[in-house]
Amino acid sequence: MSLWSAVLLAACACAALKAFGYLIPAHLLEAPRPARISDLLTVALLAALVAVQTLGNGQSVVVDARIPAVLVAAGLLYLRQSFLVVVIAAAAVAALLRLIGWAV
Amino acid sequence: MYERREVWREGVGVALATSAYGISFGALAVTSGLDVWQTCVLSVLMFTGGSQFAFVGVLGAGGMAALPSAIASAVLLGVRNLAYGMRMSPIIGSGFWRRSAAAHVTIDESTAVAIAQSSPSLRRLGFWVTGIGVFVGWNLTTLLGALLGDVLGDPKAWGLDAAAAAAFLALLWPRLKQRQAIAVGVAAAVVAASLTPFIMPGLPVLVAAVVAIAVGWFNWFEGEGPAQPTQARGAST
Repeated sequence: MSLWSAVLLAACACAALKAFGYLIPAHLLEAPRPARISDLLTVALLAALVAVQTLGNGQSVVVDARIPAVLVAAGLLYLRQSFLVVVIAAAAVAALLRLIGWAV
Repeated sequence: MYERREVWREGVGVALATSAYGISFGALAVTSGLDVWQTCVLSVLMFTGGSQFAFVGVLGAGGMAALPSAIASAVLLGVRNLAYGMRMSPIIGSGFWRRSAAAHVTIDESTAVAIAQSSPSLRRLGFWVTGIGVFVGWNLTTLLGALLGDVLGDPKAWGLDAAAAAAFLALLWPRLKQRQAIAVGVAAAVVAASLTPFIMPGLPVLVAAVVAIAVGWFNWFEGEGPAQPTQARGAST
């Protein structure tokens, strides 16, 4: 599969999901089960992505500068800092630890 | 008219905050292997931040072999927009073009600002101001970030791999209010991390999604019904 076809396929599928929401009758929303699964699906995917992005390196699990960076990010989120502050701080922590050679 | 001005202010504020982190998306996308055009197409056509970050995150971790998983992760994260569309549908009104445009700008932020308002006309206003504002801003900053990422060189030296992890954590954070959500989040993270050495990059994330379906189906850890879309602070697009 080429990169372009993957980009277009994923983008069109996401756009189609939004459109479907406007075509489905609203009373289906009353059913608690699909609504609950939709919410939890978002949580599970994001949490799994946090784990993989923090620990994964291809098919191996590694401990490196990303762990202290993500801990700093969690602390800043707890202090209700904005998305941009959190992301920049995490990058800065990892970059700095690598620069001074405390972590890989 | 005072109320309408307040809605404008809220919508524009959310749009500015959200657009600001389009820069981080653009930079991460090009360092994960997309070119500037592909990055911009994602922001124009996909236009849902969580899915966009997931797509480039899985691609960056697993390369071309992980493309099917990257697509699946992005699409599964986009499922919540379907629920938002159902919520917004009666508020938006009729007309093919109006509803098509509304569907495209149906994201966390526009839905959240809309349903926070007190009357149907204010909800419509909040939805359109936020939706169009984020669309314009997010696409401009994506391009800016992509051009910036192109000249950065080694992404690890700049801590961009850590930035990607932090971005997912920031998108997740406002959703961890109920016990059920926290339980699912912890379980999904453990499942994904422990499967990483054994299966192809990208797949652990999809297997973790099964946790959500099981817990949601049987309503373990007793949830209290659907959470509201996350708001302001630029939590997620």
